[in-house]
Amino acid sequence: MRYEAPDTLDRAVELLSGESGLTRVLAGGTDVLVQLRAGHVEPDLVVDIKRIDGMFAITEDAEGFRVGAAVSGAMLAEHPGVSRAWPGVVEALELVGSTQIQSRATMAGNLCNASPAADSVPAMIAAGAVARIHGPNGQRDIPVEEVGIAPGKTALAKGEVVGSILLPARPAHSGDAYQRFIPRTEMDIAVVGCGISVVLDGDTISAARVSLGAVAPTALLVEGAAAALIGSTGDEAAMDALAAACSAACNPIDDKRGTVHFRTKVAGVLARRTAAAAIARAKGEAA
Amino acid sequence: MSKIHVSTYINGDETEFLCDPEETLLDVLRDRLGLTGAKEGCGTGDCGACSVTVDGRVVCACLMLGAEAAGRKIGTIEGMADGADLHPLQRKFLDHAALQCGVCTPGILVAAKNLLERNPDPTETEVRYWLAGNLCRCTGYDKIVRAVMDAAAEMRQA
Repeated sequence: MRYEAPDTLDRAVELLSGESGLTRVLAGGTDVLVQLRAGHVEPDLVVDIKRIDGMFAITEDAEGFRVGAAVSGAMLAEHPGVSRAWPGVVEALELVGSTQIQSRATMAGNLCNASPAADSVPAMIAAGAVARIHGPNGQRDIPVEEVGIAPGKTALAKGEVVGSILLPARPAHSGDAYQRFIPRTEMDIAVVGCGISVVLDGDTISAARVSLGAVAPTALLVEGAAAALIGSTGDEAAMDALAAACSAACNPIDDKRGTVHFRTKVAGVLARRTAAAAIARAKGEAA
Repeated sequence: MSKIHVSTYINGDETEFLCDPEETLLDVLRDRLGLTGAKEGCGTGDCGACSVTVDGRVVCACLMLGAEAAGRKIGTIEGMADGADLHPLQRKFLDHAALQCGVCTPGILVAAKNLLERNPDPTETEVRYWLAGNLCRCTGYDKIVRAVMDAAAEMRQA
């Protein structure tokens, strides 16, 4: 295994493109190092992106917050602007592992590890986040929901690396939330996760995005569930339709953490709770 | 495969070492630098026995490559006492008998010290959440939490 720590994205792309064997990009390393140790992957080249300018930066402009690929959950949570605008994204990242893990683990890494149960991914999908991907043919921006294509697999081509993630500027009267079900109180892998973002016009929901994790091979953007909320006030009938649409979208596995039946049912219950939390934030009733 | 030459700072001292690309920071600390305070419990970031600080943040040394340490400021348990004078947390751990086998203790002390630097007056809940990534299989945590709370109280008086 070779270890390289280039100081530009161009050089990182060149290294990743030029290696004929297996490569891994190293940001926080909380998944990559575990895979190395377990022998699940034996990369020929590891490219550490943390020496590249901007990888630890959070910059705000008219588009929103651009979050560098090496920004850890702890760094994101300490940023007052991001915590105010996207509390659901921050709470999702804060559910990932312990203090030690949050010191290093990143949104970009959570996205590229492509676990269907990744906590921050449904929250990012609900937020409408966009990944900026750098590769041999330049850079491209793709919605985060298009990055994971199967467990452990991404849409990134050879030589490509996520350089940053854009959390869009939040409209007025909007709010987001992420909740998950686990059999204990902390530090576990989601059995179901749900991220929801809503925009209000008065009491009426004018826009919504709903995402589910751990109930399909990838985190899902559930457009039917968003449609159930849009135009409503989040009343009981809308919540019933939301829950039904979420349960209908599930295509989960049976495993020791949850059966198909359980995950399908819980997806609906969690969606109701998450929507209520997002609506409360949009109304300014909750932080 | 040639070794990587790394210059870093450990407990304030400029330190250089050679390591293989796949060696973790924990391997380097224990096997190359003789700093065996950080322990390997799980090797997968679950137990926290290898906790060290990197640029002021507590991390698992088993989840970081030695090569990544270049230019960073690493803090380990060996840097906690001031010569023969124990850090208040270390003293309170003894006073409260907050350890039995001791394998988790260095990691817990490093993590707790980092907490008190950020928040000198944590609630018990905050202490428990902060230390949730440090597993102890002997004491059941109560004595550990009491020792941290007591050390925090003493340090606020200082």
